[in-house]
Amino acid sequence: MSDVKLPLYGELADPTPKISVRGLDFFYGDHQALYANDLDIAPNRVTAVIGPSGCGKSTHLRVYNRIFELYRDQRAKGTVLLNGENIFAPSVKLLELRRRIGMIFQKPTPFPMSVYENVAYGIRFHYAVSKSELDGRVEEALKGAALWEEVRDLLHKPGTALSGGQQQRLCIARAIAVEPEVLLMDEPTSAIDPIATAKIEELVEGLKGRYTIVIVTHNMQQAARISDFTAFFFKGYIVEFGATRQIFTNPHNKKTEEYITGRFG
Amino acid sequence: MKKASNTRRRELTDLTMRIVSGTASLIGIFFLVWILWTVGNNGIAAFNYDFFTALPTPPGIEGGGLANAIAGTLLITVLAAFIGVPLGLFTGVYLAEFGRNTRFGGMVRFTINITMGIPSIIVGLFVYTLLVLPFKHFSAYAGAAALAIIMLPVIARTTEDMLNLVPNSLRESALAIGMPRWRAIVSILFRSARSGLLTGILLAVARVSGETAPLLFTAMNSPYWMKGLAEPTANLTVTIFNYAMSPFDDWKTLAWGASLLIMATVLGVNLLARTLLREKTR
Amino acid sequence: MSRFGDYLSEHFETIFRWFTILCAATVLIIMAAMFVNLAWNARLAIGEFGIGFLWSDVWDPALNRYGAFSSIYGTLVSTAIAMVIAVPMSVVIALFLVELAHPTVSKVVGGAIELLAAIPSIIYGMWGLFVFAPFMAETVQPFLQETLGLEKAPLIGKLFSGAPMGIGMLTAGIILALMVLPFITAVMRDVFAMVPPVVKESAYGMGSTTWEVTHKVTLRYGIQGVIGACFLGLGRALGETMAVTFVIGNAHRISASLFDAGNSIASTLANEFAEASEPIYLHSLIYLGLVLLVMTFLIQFAAQWWVRRLKKSMGTGL
Repeated sequence: MSDVKLPLYGELADPTPKISVRGLDFFYGDHQALYANDLDIAPNRVTAVIGPSGCGKSTHLRVYNRIFELYRDQRAKGTVLLNGENIFAPSVKLLELRRRIGMIFQKPTPFPMSVYENVAYGIRFHYAVSKSELDGRVEEALKGAALWEEVRDLLHKPGTALSGGQQQRLCIARAIAVEPEVLLMDEPTSAIDPIATAKIEELVEGLKGRYTIVIVTHNMQQAARISDFTAFFFKGYIVEFGATRQIFTNPHNKKTEEYITGRFG
Repeated sequence: MKKASNTRRRELTDLTMRIVSGTASLIGIFFLVWILWTVGNNGIAAFNYDFFTALPTPPGIEGGGLANAIAGTLLITVLAAFIGVPLGLFTGVYLAEFGRNTRFGGMVRFTINITMGIPSIIVGLFVYTLLVLPFKHFSAYAGAAALAIIMLPVIARTTEDMLNLVPNSLRESALAIGMPRWRAIVSILFRSARSGLLTGILLAVARVSGETAPLLFTAMNSPYWMKGLAEPTANLTVTIFNYAMSPFDDWKTLAWGASLLIMATVLGVNLLARTLLREKTR
Repeated sequence: MSRFGDYLSEHFETIFRWFTILCAATVLIIMAAMFVNLAWNARLAIGEFGIGFLWSDVWDPALNRYGAFSSIYGTLVSTAIAMVIAVPMSVVIALFLVELAHPTVSKVVGGAIELLAAIPSIIYGMWGLFVFAPFMAETVQPFLQETLGLEKAPLIGKLFSGAPMGIGMLTAGIILALMVLPFITAVMRDVFAMVPPVVKESAYGMGSTTWEVTHKVTLRYGIQGVIGACFLGLGRALGETMAVTFVIGNAHRISASLFDAGNSIASTLANEFAEASEPIYLHSLIYLGLVLLVMTFLIQFAAQWWVRRLKKSMGTGL
């Protein structure tokens, strides 16, 4: 049994990680932002990424769907396996990778089109569907994002006409409409009010049955409430990673303890 | 849900559009080089001592230059700047400093935007009805007035934009030490927006110095040295038009020379203005 | 004198302010005076031909009968050709400059495209008449007619019929396209740069290609700017004089073929003004100018109105 390596989260979840990161370095030009990150993301669980501002949380997340490649001076080194396949392998289709890994951003980013079109946007690219299938799929995605009841009569209003919290759920609907495997959420509630935040947290709880979720958050309580695992980032290093309960009740690392008890950050 | 098998097609469309966009940019540059090369090549052949110093001669007679037209263009442009720059500058000052949220300010701003889109030949026609018809002769000052009207909105807009870039704290601190508003504008705001204003003025002057249409009905043209501002006045651009349309080869050569001179000046001032602006933003 | 000096320094603040207001007012006065002056000096033609001037295609100085239709037609056709070429081209050039090219390349190419706007229109005219028109006659037009066989194509065959002379509507339209290209491209660049990176990122994050992000998200996001850019180009193309005058052929004729000579309002003015000896001829030309003024005024007005309306309906997000 010694040759079977356990994932970094041990025996607390499915032994084959959804995403497995080893030795990830990241550079903005000459500036190194991530150092030798190792991380395993458990399938169908919520993994929270916490740490002070500018410690590399978002940067780390932006490697998974290779969105950083939009910028000329950004570089990643190391391996990131999605279902055991290196996302940097030449055989990997970038567009398909991004379909499989959806991303939600800090601020809601509805596209300049109707609610319906926002959700249909990705479906049209990735799937061959008839009009009626499309309608059904849009409805399903909006239901999945707990938005359907609120927008069923507003489907042809611009996406920007919704409230901030609704817009963010619209973005989630848009992301899940293309049937991804992983959802990356980069501080999804930092720009919206507490009630809308509660709704999104509830939604995340419901979504983890179907999707693997990685969420960057500044909010300790949020991480504690909704995640199963937590990774603590500090100055580009992953200082500690483990079950959320353990991280918050019994952190092994002094820095982690200081951060979650609010001594800095 | 059925997976679409069109990823290859989508990637191919993307690649095609990338190639198309690169090609379109190349086509743009190609035309620029083609025009510059044509004018440079044909124009340089016309340059000689006479070109800059002599009066034009009738077709077929050797020699002849465009000295009067060069002087005329310079004069008309400078005169236009004397009228257009202060008018534009202070209109811009009004918009940025006094009329920011007033109805009158909004009206002026709206009109300025519209005026910028009025064809220059219409401005020429307007000045013709204003300054040529009543006095029954073409003149340098009519030409200058037409160019000034074209300059005015451009300078007003840049002035407003540049003054808007000046931080409010600077305004307030100038007023806070008891400076009257006009002193603050003239000595502080103008100074801090100096290179932007200069760039705007240079670009506007460069632009009008290459204008032809507004001069056709105002300054017209003349084969002689001018004797006063109230005379038809030789200028390079109308000369190009007249000579290019003529059947005489030596006149066409002069037209190419005039084209090169105008183009080099206008592009030169343009590049100068842009370097100024770049240094400012650095 | 010293009392005047005292008065001056005491009230200079007010005087200065009123001076700037006066300057600003000249803009309004000039705009209004343009309409009044042109209308007054076209009064003989307005009285003689009335509104029918617009759709009469007779232009006969010998009989002193004048109508604007052939000039209006030529203006619209040459402008349409210019827009059909320039708008898509500036979209893809802006795409190249903002999204695809290396920053250094983008700077150089962008600068070159901007320089196209700085070249005076008379230079386009010279180049167009002596270099580009012959090139059209010898290479492009035979290519379109014979190699592509467009002359015999159904429906559009008429557009490409006639002798390839080089001078005519198509050549004028292409040169106009080149002239308005930098203006439209500049606005398109702003539009592309204006879209927040995070919106683009989320479109890429869905697995869209660059082109899909561009035409499905970026262009829609900046639709206000795109339409503004089109209006801007349209206004410029309508009134462009010298370049068109050199290459359009200056014939009062309405022909289906884009290869045929025609004229535009501006080119008619530039060409015939010196010949207008009779008052009715002169007034007809000024009437023609008034038509162009009204056309461009309406376009600019619509553009301004459009931008305002869109700003309101899209909120401050745009």
